Amino acid sequence: MTTHEIELKALMLASLDGDAVSHRALLDQLSRRLRAYYKGKLARIGRGASEAEDLVQEAVLAIHLKRHTFDPAALLTPWVHAIARYKLMDFLRRNRTSLADAPLDEADTMVAHDDNVDAESTYDVKRLMERLPKNMRCSIEAVKLDGLTIAEAAERCGISEPGVKVNIHRGLKALAALIAREART
Amino acid sequence: MKTDDLVAFLSTNPEAVDRRLVIRTLCVALAAGIVAALGVTFVGLGVRSDLMTARAFIFLLLKLAFTIGIVGVASVYLARTARPGGERKVPFFLVALPFLIIIVLAAISLGLAPSSHWDRMILGDEWLECLLSIPMIAIVPFAAAIWAVRRAAPTNLARAGAFAGLIAGGVSAMAYALHCTDDSLPFVAVWYGGTIVLCTLAGAALGPRLLRW
Repeated sequence: MTTHEIELKALMLASLDGDAVSHRALLDQLSRRLRAYYKGKLARIGRGASEAEDLVQEAVLAIHLKRHTFDPAALLTPWVHAIARYKLMDFLRRNRTSLADAPLDEADTMVAHDDNVDAESTYDVKRLMERLPKNMRCSIEAVKLDGLTIAEAAERCGISEPGVKVNIHRGLKALAALIAREART
Repeated sequence: MKTDDLVAFLSTNPEAVDRRLVIRTLCVALAAGIVAALGVTFVGLGVRSDLMTARAFIFLLLKLAFTIGIVGVASVYLARTARPGGERKVPFFLVALPFLIIIVLAAISLGLAPSSHWDRMILGDEWLECLLSIPMIAIVPFAAAIWAVRRAAPTNLARAGAFAGLIAGGVSAMAYALHCTDDSLPFVAVWYGGTIVLCTLAGAALGPRLLRW
């Protein structure tokens, strides 16, 4: 087991308990690894950095939304790699590129190297959010952008606290779907 | 948008996550599927009337052992394939084991009987009803299993779909066994085993369409 695995898994376990600092550190480190992974894969089929960045963000969103599927008894790296690979295959399918052109390697090829951190993806979450239903948009804006607590968000949006949680979860899923559709066109 | 902004966005006030959610959702789906399959069997077909005779009871237990074995194994593996990368942890031998056992028992039973009885042992009275009923009763359990897997994150959709189909077929055959009066091992092997395999193949074919995320 590598030190990366131990370190990242500790962050993951803390983030599953709702620790914001760990969650941020985890997504930050994983996004660097994902960037290296996707840039390597897409370079081989002649795709650019911004498409790689789309994939990085799709995968980061998927990791966030699907973090409940991580089995705390298992290793983190294979779980992340499976998601990264799934999103890559999904991208290749959407773009009708042959899988044979982009060999899908094993988890240990995901080495972090940190170039192009400032690369931007082709979409904008804030703009996409305008297309969400009102309660989802209000809940996400309050909690995720303005940093309010669930209780404060409930008051601002005029819905119950469980309602805010449900709306955030559904809203993020809807956003992920919008991003996937955007990346397809 | 910069990835850093997305990370900051997602990390503001993250919710604590229930680590047992995947398993719990699958259990709910399995329970719902069993209730639905039993309901359809009781209301639509009725329980066999000779259930209290020793022979009927022994054969019912045998059918239940076969189908519950399948449902048990399939549930464990569906719980694995529902998670990213989990499809690598599925040994196929164990999945095939209940089928192999029933095929061997059926072959022994045919071997011990005169060949003039083979037709009757394999076709029984109601092979057509069995062939149609098990896939039909499996529809609701299949929908429940797919609902549960969609809430997780399978990365091999055909395989996850196949296990959803296998569970649905197993649950359905389990319920149908309460109605079915054809008591011979070759019948169970061919018509129960065959329809459950059909459900599995249907699940594998539908998985990539139903389970994308």
